[in-house]
Amino acid sequence: MFEITRKDLLVEARTREILYTTIFFAVSCVLVFAFGFVKEGRPVQDAAAGILWIAIAFSGTLALGRAFERERHGETLRALLMAPIDRPALYLGKLFGILILLAAVEVLVVPLVALMFQASLFSHAGLMVGLLAAGTVGFAAVGTLFAAMLVRARSRDVMLPVLLYPITVPVIIAGVRGTAALLAPDADLPMARAWLSMLVFFDVVFVTLALWTFEPVMTE
Amino acid sequence: MTVRVLILSLMLFAAPVSAQAPPQQPPPKPAATDEFVPVDRPMSAQETIPAPRLVAIAYGFIWVVLFGYVWSVRSRLASVERELQTVSKRVGSGGR
Amino acid sequence: MKKLFVPLSVVSAAMFLYAPFMILDAPYESTMGLVQKIFYFHASCGMAMFAAAFASGIGSAVFLFTRKPAADRLAVAGAELTSIIGLLVLVTGPLWARKAWGVWWQWDARLTSTLVMWMIFNAYLLLRRYGGPGSDRLAAAVALFGMANVPFVYWSVNVWRTLHPKTSVIPSLQPGMRGPFWFCVVAFLLLFALLLSLRMELEKRRQQLDELYLAAEGD
Repeated sequence: MFEITRKDLLVEARTREILYTTIFFAVSCVLVFAFGFVKEGRPVQDAAAGILWIAIAFSGTLALGRAFERERHGETLRALLMAPIDRPALYLGKLFGILILLAAVEVLVVPLVALMFQASLFSHAGLMVGLLAAGTVGFAAVGTLFAAMLVRARSRDVMLPVLLYPITVPVIIAGVRGTAALLAPDADLPMARAWLSMLVFFDVVFVTLALWTFEPVMTE
Repeated sequence: MTVRVLILSLMLFAAPVSAQAPPQQPPPKPAATDEFVPVDRPMSAQETIPAPRLVAIAYGFIWVVLFGYVWSVRSRLASVERELQTVSKRVGSGGR
Repeated sequence: MKKLFVPLSVVSAAMFLYAPFMILDAPYESTMGLVQKIFYFHASCGMAMFAAAFASGIGSAVFLFTRKPAADRLAVAGAELTSIIGLLVLVTGPLWARKAWGVWWQWDARLTSTLVMWMIFNAYLLLRRYGGPGSDRLAAAVALFGMANVPFVYWSVNVWRTLHPKTSVIPSLQPGMRGPFWFCVVAFLLLFALLLSLRMELEKRRQQLDELYLAAEGD
């Protein structure tokens, strides 16, 4: 399974195309929203949590699309499916690759958001990282399944967001509310922890469903 | 097949026709004078939409959508059946 | 099933004809008055929506693992009905809410999760329509995620503080309201079953047509 992740990372490391373009997109996303939600010439404080997660969702969708587009061009996905690899392992390998990519993006975007919105994203770093990790896993779990599914479908570029966003809205909501609870002037830690456990619950459900359906969906 | 669909359509159509209208509130009294008379007590937003209208819209919407859906399924079914006949004729006559 | 369709349609028609009378006779709710009467159809539609989502999800699961065409027909029909009945729920609810809560909409757990579930099944229908070949399997996966939402939507109103009434309202209904309510529920579930079978029939014809086209091309 990690072989697949390793292969993906090696391919990516050579050009770093997806990494750079996704980071740039995420940063532009944050900027656009920051300029959009402006009050008295300064970004609205309360929007930080929402903007962070929207940027993650949008750039995640983009990264997923690009990552599997590459598979389609190289016909590597079909080759992998024909090889005697455990389907769940294939799915998990792809998922870890995406997670590492998104983690790299978040490492840059989170401090940027903190800077632009004067949001104290690091005062409860443990919970913050937990929320980000759990939310990203939930989003990527569904995203990897659908992106892989759609590789050979028609209208795949628009289908991925169409399918992905309604299903991952609960994850985004939980992430935003948890982050907002942390960013409030008197950080509501129990609330943030509650949202974090909700995120973990979503993760378990989504990863289980994805593992269960990956094989029948991908087989011709 | 079409009989089933007809019955369903009839059922949805007949129901609102047979139901009595919900009890009407008495209509507001017309202004006594010709000139503009401003509202003399504070009216909350809730009071400006009469309840019977909301109830009527709700039930009406349900009938319209359900009826529309049955009609849509029926027309799709009819066109598929037509196509089935055309194609099967072609296959029947074209097959050598 | 086919033989039962006509008599059941008659029963359903009769129930719908009778329902408005039952509803008018039911006692008024103390604070909301007339507008509360939307409840009888709104809640029944909600139950029918859950049933439709389950039908689609179960059909999808069976289809993914057995590839039976009948299961796929169930999945499609269920999804389309979830979308239609969901629309009813999402429109009648705000019409009631405008009077009862003063607002058309509120982003609380129940309303948001219902909207999300509705969107998921709309996405299913879009995928089936525009996804090209193989979209039946892909859509089945979507429907499974949609079905997973149902318990979440149902319990959201108990777990979180929401404007929407809790599920405990149903068991504790006034005696005068129980009759009309359960009557409407049965009427809607019956209607749902009839519409489902009708829609599945359409899908079966479509599949026959596709097979016929394939056979025609083969010559």
